[in-house]
Amino acid sequence: MAEKMELNEVEVWDGNMAASQALRQAQIDVVAAYPITPSTPVVQNYGSFLANGYIDGEFVMVESEHAAMSGCVGAAAAGGRVATATSSQGFALMAEVLYQASGMRLPIVLVVVNRALAAPLNVNGDHSDMYMGRDSGWIQLDAFNAQEAYDLTLMAFKIGEDPEIRLPVMSHQDGFITSHTAENVRPLSDDEAYEFIGEYPMVNAMLDLAKPVTYGVQTEEDWHFEHKARQHHDLMTKVFGKVDEVFDAFEKKTGRKYNIVEKYDMDDAEVAIVALGTTVDTAKYVADNLRKTKGIKAGVVAPRLFRPWPHEQMMEALSGVKAVACLDRSSPNGAFGMLFNEVSATMYQSDNHPVITNYIYGLGGRDFTVEHAEEIYSELVANAEAGKPTTPLQQFIGLRGPKLSFY
Amino acid sequence: MKYLGWDELLPGAILFSFKEDLDKDASYILPEERPYAETNSHEAYVGDWRVMKPVYNRDLCIDCQFCWVYCPDVSIISRDKKMIGVDYDHCKGCGICVEVCPTNPKSLLMFEERIPNEEALAKWPEKE
Repeated sequence: MAEKMELNEVEVWDGNMAASQALRQAQIDVVAAYPITPSTPVVQNYGSFLANGYIDGEFVMVESEHAAMSGCVGAAAAGGRVATATSSQGFALMAEVLYQASGMRLPIVLVVVNRALAAPLNVNGDHSDMYMGRDSGWIQLDAFNAQEAYDLTLMAFKIGEDPEIRLPVMSHQDGFITSHTAENVRPLSDDEAYEFIGEYPMVNAMLDLAKPVTYGVQTEEDWHFEHKARQHHDLMTKVFGKVDEVFDAFEKKTGRKYNIVEKYDMDDAEVAIVALGTTVDTAKYVADNLRKTKGIKAGVVAPRLFRPWPHEQMMEALSGVKAVACLDRSSPNGAFGMLFNEVSATMYQSDNHPVITNYIYGLGGRDFTVEHAEEIYSELVANAEAGKPTTPLQQFIGLRGPKLSFY
Repeated sequence: MKYLGWDELLPGAILFSFKEDLDKDASYILPEERPYAETNSHEAYVGDWRVMKPVYNRDLCIDCQFCWVYCPDVSIISRDKKMIGVDYDHCKGCGICVEVCPTNPKSLLMFEERIPNEEALAKWPEKE
């Protein structure tokens, strides 16, 4: 039996340690992992916990991320609680198997410490890997700091493993800014955390030897479409309610309130930034300042749940604004950014039609500064007053050289 | 075999392996006595994927079980640690069993699919 770890009420953890501790407390049966910056410490810490007697489960060292996710799929199909962690190129190498996991309805938890995708090679944080996973059938949750990385990784198990859901979940955090910055984190005790997640509800286990099953069938045109449709249906109709339920239960336990779409200063906001990751906290700080110093009614909206896309919650959050800036930290490579596309589609169906513009920023870990956020808000104010875009629809911000913008 | 309809698989496109729930662990039941479901791959004939086949020579075999352990498709039949033969319904002819066979001459050798086993056994090589 694994040792319990005595934790302080407030620990000083970086995002990686926060995720490692959540994985340890979940009493996982199998972790199959391959290290990659900046997520390496997640599984490195986990390995130390195991070596020091704090973990009963198996740790499988594999030869690649493709093998890591394959090992996770096998172990989850066999009937165990399973998790792993990765970033960037490792995430890309897992891509094929991500679809296997979601298609087989295996509730694996994947901690993704977001990092840019090469080339050119870059180990710093942007959202290229997170965006790459968005059609993979996984539930995607995004943390903006270390505390949230801990909380959301714990909750990921409870959401994905629900017998009604049975879908894999990614717990995202920003590479380095969250993953390697030590912050105050208030953890649950080992008992409280495990009690919250609960014992793994085994469903259709391959290693239930009195009732074994076959995973990974071939279906072709007779069945594939219906199968994918059922999975999409469950993502669109079952996940939101379950996420709300888990967020509510977590608030009762910890007092920390999470929402499918987070809103900050949105009650009377006229201009809003929509963003993900650590940028949300920067935007909140700037919105606050602009309210105090310039009287600008600025707010921030952030999808906590990134997939499935929270269409209704986003529409509600932006129901009163006049101008919106969608900030995408991933090169869209020939299109508008993903948040711009999703928010535009959502707001087209709304009674409120704010001016929506797109900013590409922070690629490869480029700083997103307070000045950048101030500049965006001032452009939003101009858009709101004009009732139409006063800038190009898509602008690169924080980029050296001549200004780059489109449309 | 009856093809399953579009609404007959479980979420995750999962198939049950047996027609009914067993009252004990399947590993305690001999394969020939297990109630395999129609959709179980055990019931599917894939022997025609083979170009070369392994032929088994009982006279030389020492029942070491190497072939049984190494076969990647569970196509070596062994009972009570005694080698019985090759499951030609599922063997793909990869030749790994022949490769790992330690006897001299080998107790398993690859022959062309069209050669009858009796003929193959009649031209078995001598000890080297």
